[in-house]
Amino acid sequence: MAQVFRPIVIALLFLVQLSVFGQETTFHRNGPDDYREGVHAFINATIFKNYNTKIEHGTLLIKDGKVVEAGANVSIPKGAIVHDLKGKFIYPSFIDIYSSYGLPDPKKQPGTGNPQMETNIKGAYGWNQALHADYSAIKNFIADDKKADELRKIGFGAVLTHMKDGIARGTGAVVTLANDKENNLVVKADASAHYSFNKGTSTQDYPESLMGVIVLLRQTYYDAEWYKGLKDKREYNLSLEAWNNSQSLPQIFDAVHDWQNILRADKIGREFGVQYIIKGDGSEYQRIDEIKNSKARIITSLNFPKAYDVEDPYKALWVSLEEMKSWELAPTNAAALAKAGIDFSLTPADLEKKDDFLPNLRKAVKYGLDSTIALKAITYNPAEFLKVEDKVGSLEAGKLANFIISSKSLFDDKCDINENWIQGKRYEIKAFEPKDIRGTYKLAFSNNTNYTLKVIGDIAAPKANVIITDSIKPEVKVTYKGNDITLAFNPEKKKEFNKIFLTGTIDFDTKTWQGKGQLSNGDWINWTAAQTKGPDADTTKAKKDSTSVDLSKLGKVTYPFNGYGYEETPKAENVLIKNGTVWTNEEEGNLTNTDVIIRNGKISAVGKSLSCAECKVIDANNKYVTSGIVDEHSHIAISYGVNEGSEASSAEVRIGDVINATDIDIYRQISGGVVASQLLHGSANPIGGQSGLIKLRWGYAPEKMKIEGADGFIKFALGENVKQSNWGDRAVVRYPQTRMGVEQTYYNYFTKAREYGKALSSKTPPRKDLELDALLEILRGKRFITCHSYVQSEINMLMHVSDTFGFKINTFTHILEGYKVADKMKAHGIYASTFADWWAYKYEVIDAIPYNAAILTKVGVITAVNSDDAEMGRRLNQEAAKSIKYGGLSEIEAWKLCTLNPAKMLHLDGHTGSIKAGKDADVVVWSDNPLSIYARVEQTFIDGIRFYDSQLDAQKRDDIRRERARIIQKMLDDKTAGAPTQQPAPKGKNDMTIGDEN
Amino acid sequence: MKNIKFVFASFALALFATNYSSAQAPDVPVPAPQQQGKIYLTNATIHVGNGKVLQNATIGFENGKITFLEENPSIKTDATMGKVIDCTGKQIYPGIIATNTIVGLSEIEAVRATNDNAEVGTFNPNVRSIVSYNTDSRVTPTLRSNGVLYAQVAPQGGLISGTSGVVQLDAWNWEDAAVKQEDGLFINWPSMFRRKGWWAEPSGFELNKDYDKQVADLKDYFKDAKSYFEVGAHEKTNLGFEAMKGLFDKSKSVYVSVNYVKEMLHVIAFAEELGINIVLVEAKDSYMIADVLAQKKIPVILSKCHDLPTYDDEDIQQPYKTPGMLQKAGVLYCISIGAFWQERNLMFEAGTASAYGLTKEEALEAITYNPAKIMKLDNQIGTLEKGKEASLIISNGDLLDMKTSKIEQAFISGRQIDLSNKQKALNEKFSKKYGVN
Repeated sequence: MAQVFRPIVIALLFLVQLSVFGQETTFHRNGPDDYREGVHAFINATIFKNYNTKIEHGTLLIKDGKVVEAGANVSIPKGAIVHDLKGKFIYPSFIDIYSSYGLPDPKKQPGTGNPQMETNIKGAYGWNQALHADYSAIKNFIADDKKADELRKIGFGAVLTHMKDGIARGTGAVVTLANDKENNLVVKADASAHYSFNKGTSTQDYPESLMGVIVLLRQTYYDAEWYKGLKDKREYNLSLEAWNNSQSLPQIFDAVHDWQNILRADKIGREFGVQYIIKGDGSEYQRIDEIKNSKARIITSLNFPKAYDVEDPYKALWVSLEEMKSWELAPTNAAALAKAGIDFSLTPADLEKKDDFLPNLRKAVKYGLDSTIALKAITYNPAEFLKVEDKVGSLEAGKLANFIISSKSLFDDKCDINENWIQGKRYEIKAFEPKDIRGTYKLAFSNNTNYTLKVIGDIAAPKANVIITDSIKPEVKVTYKGNDITLAFNPEKKKEFNKIFLTGTIDFDTKTWQGKGQLSNGDWINWTAAQTKGPDADTTKAKKDSTSVDLSKLGKVTYPFNGYGYEETPKAENVLIKNGTVWTNEEEGNLTNTDVIIRNGKISAVGKSLSCAECKVIDANNKYVTSGIVDEHSHIAISYGVNEGSEASSAEVRIGDVINATDIDIYRQISGGVVASQLLHGSANPIGGQSGLIKLRWGYAPEKMKIEGADGFIKFALGENVKQSNWGDRAVVRYPQTRMGVEQTYYNYFTKAREYGKALSSKTPPRKDLELDALLEILRGKRFITCHSYVQSEINMLMHVSDTFGFKINTFTHILEGYKVADKMKAHGIYASTFADWWAYKYEVIDAIPYNAAILTKVGVITAVNSDDAEMGRRLNQEAAKSIKYGGLSEIEAWKLCTLNPAKMLHLDGHTGSIKAGKDADVVVWSDNPLSIYARVEQTFIDGIRFYDSQLDAQKRDDIRRERARIIQKMLDDKTAGAPTQQPAPKGKNDMTIGDEN
Repeated sequence: MKNIKFVFASFALALFATNYSSAQAPDVPVPAPQQQGKIYLTNATIHVGNGKVLQNATIGFENGKITFLEENPSIKTDATMGKVIDCTGKQIYPGIIATNTIVGLSEIEAVRATNDNAEVGTFNPNVRSIVSYNTDSRVTPTLRSNGVLYAQVAPQGGLISGTSGVVQLDAWNWEDAAVKQEDGLFINWPSMFRRKGWWAEPSGFELNKDYDKQVADLKDYFKDAKSYFEVGAHEKTNLGFEAMKGLFDKSKSVYVSVNYVKEMLHVIAFAEELGINIVLVEAKDSYMIADVLAQKKIPVILSKCHDLPTYDDEDIQQPYKTPGMLQKAGVLYCISIGAFWQERNLMFEAGTASAYGLTKEEALEAITYNPAKIMKLDNQIGTLEKGKEASLIISNGDLLDMKTSKIEQAFISGRQIDLSNKQKALNEKFSKKYGVN
């Protein structure tokens, strides 16, 4: 016990003795007070008073831990300790706006593997374990000198510290990195409130997807607002109390992983009138215009990816061009932010090695970042973002005396930080370069021996020789520190044991040294050395800066940022498609030798021998022209998590929040003639999430892919998936586990929604509930259900539920036993969207038949074939053609299964799904009959924009090959030069996680 | 005790059900009897399977073997010669051969009790797929009705999965079905990377640090097996090694599932070191080393064409184009799917390959003649030539195009098989209910 206790006591004493800040203190002191005024004048320095005010030969005067004045003509008070910093630079110490300095690491409890529906945090906290709004960094902050030192070394003087755990992370505190009692370090106790997309250590199931995280935040904003207005607080909620109390602080959102998360965070903020400061991961340059439009201030990292070890071309296969380009262009990120006029701060938080920060900052400057803005991004901006610019970030009067002294300009590769002063206290980082003693000296001994001594080389590590003759120049070992100097040499090499040892002091003013020495025989002598000639002019040529970057030789940013992206997003063209076989999907049927004109994004004319002067002409002789394919059931282009399956209903989540515009599968779909897809929530629960309806505008930002004005849809699901039948033996907790329970789940939720709807129009409206809002939309005919379904009993059941509650089911999707209830579906006016021939993958599809689409069609149900799969999605024409083989549909009927009919299901048939003047120019040119296995897509137009062209695709492949080869060469050069590399490995599509990995 | 009661009860119910429903067609059609007399199919377009197409041709067979094949035949066939089926306007093809499939081993993917495709353990050379092959699978009839008449049924578990068997798809029991009871040894080559996450939410890959060790273990197993045979007599029998007998005299092949090009090169070195014949299975990257495969005469059972590219930067249609590239390089390859119910679409995989580089006849070979060659059964099946099994299908149109692919009749060794299946029956049942057809 005592052993443990002792070091703590010592540490405390130490801290108290160091205390310099603040004249008065509540703390009792053991021994006499040791208050020091700390008046220092730093003269002759190049001072950056702030990021854009540079004072040559300036003076910085500090007192009592604060800046008194910085300027060119500062009068130095009597008694001030003067530091001559000739040739040195002074900058405000940097501020890390994204630290967790001094806070304990979040601890994750080991998961049980069993479902956990509720929080396991005990106490009067909120319902979700990932919401830590009540966490206060200041209450948990314990200074840690070792960690502080890591940051001081690289120039930081203060940090914003906060806990990096959970979706709401509580408040952050601004503290300095001085070695002192915590009480003296606090710049601002409650400086910020923090949020993220990562549930961190939470073991609660909800949320399990990115869209779930987003809606949890949104709902919490509504809950907090409701809570604030509660007069009778029956529910006291520490989390919501804290949430509300921290809303007036700067709101900081961690949106790392890709630039799309920045837009997602910003969108949440917009809904609630909050402008977040958003933390990105350094990929902002990949979509700088959208980032700019968000108006968010950005915190970003200088965590540049390492080059890949691509010496083995087979291993290099696993490195995508996207990763290669990221490696090449990551150092341009800060410059891109600056050029776009975005205010940003740079943090070392993500760096594996903190020492990389300054070299990386200089690299960013070489890659085009203005050094003034670079300085601003680590001084003024973090201070201003946190509203502590009156205290830190610059060296104006009254601010904390937090500054660094460096040997050169910060952006010089050879710059050393010598000292970091925090709150007026000095932390030595690297000793100043000693004064120059180089030159030629007359070395005279009291025994009348004289030598010529020549000191040359580096100032910091000079070499010396005594010159006896031109060829005899014994080396002299020179050691000096401050004014002390010692010399040792052997004037006659032939003789051993003949060394002379001299010790003395330097008078820098007269450039003479003197002292005593001892000869090899033990005799003492006096000696002097007087400079006869100054140092030789530096003859070594200034090394050419080999690291300078030719920015014009860097690769281009493409949209999206991968091999198949475009340097410029394609625009609508006016096109005349001549002499094709046109499948109209209209009354006209299939027309031969027919022309289609696309103008301003619309189909403007269909007919024979049309002409269009301003149009580009495509010869479609022997080719087929159709409207584009519509996929009713797709899961492509969704960022992290297709399912929010943690609860029986997740009606509140929206796929539209997590559209991944960079998914290569979008491009692959358009190569198969797909123009629009319904991105559906998965089938993990009876009530899934809201769909995202997109047109596959490859190269556009996520929000611009969404179909404007489209109706709202929602995914429902029945059967084995929602019962969790095939999820393993532990998945027996979540309700429902039977088809009986599935029915009651609907009754429960719709009953609640109906009552909620009534209450909304009452005098005391209930708490806004995003889940019930969505269900109410269904009841009110404003949101439309696509229900994953297989067996006839459950299909029948849901039709009864809808009859009971008076809404209409829009579509049964998959619906493999639809043929058994086709008559009932027709009577209800429900659409069917089915697999062409899938079966035998689970018990409930044992009666699935490939004739399903044909029977449904013949009975009069509007039917589609869907993909549910990124690969099949690009062959939906083939899947439609199977209905000719199985069930004998006509070509015209079969073709509608993948075009007009799914367009009807998605209520898009007014705009797409047929070739008709006035409709969107969603047009595909095929090499052959589109229902034939031999047909290939030649062009896909969406809104008149040619997003896919088989010839351009071939061109892209060539470009990819060349660009890869170029960057591979560059990476290998980097490796040869000794840069660290990383091993290539295949990547999964959803590498982001929303939980901590362990 | 309880369990036994339950079994009895079920058994009784089953008997009852059988009696009750005897009037209905069974889920699995009755196997066809031996061919009686001669059969001639006349006036057809015959796709021989070796690239040749015979117009206005006649094919004749007796005792299950093809005895007659002529374009514009010199003799006129009539009822006195045997059964004559006029095939004017029809296309005749060799029966399709599905390779690397688990048809008959798996019935419903998600129902564990119905899966007999992967044994537990790392080295299982002695497990034999043929003994698990279920002739009464409800899946098989849906393959036959699309023209798939043969299957290489392959086990899937561990590193050495076991021994495959080749079956024809119209049989009473597995002995009856077997074309070759013990075909070759199926191996899953270790992977240099491991997948993280789970099936619904994959989250990337990590390096398999055990790769070298797993490869060494596999190699050691083969070396020990080879030594076992060279030593000769043994006091203790190693059943695993016993099952590998044919590998070292090259009477059997080792089928190695492998996709990544570097791993493939390791497999080739492995085979050369051990002196065994290999066939690469799946082999998505095989196009990258097509010249090597051609030169070393290493065949490939290629994974499905209807697949996404492996690499982000890869040609987005690469899987469609790979067969054409192997063909051009002179590699012996066939197209497979590697599944069970999905095998009914094998002809369309070939069709897609044809749209992206193969001729139609080459695409046909890739699912008939080539698989027969790879399994060394090309003296019996795979093409329509005199002396071979009369295993063929009659289609109303182009077999490879779903728009026209309609199998009207099929013969396995001269036996005209029943092409009905439960799905057709359900179609009829409900079409009748709604009065549509």
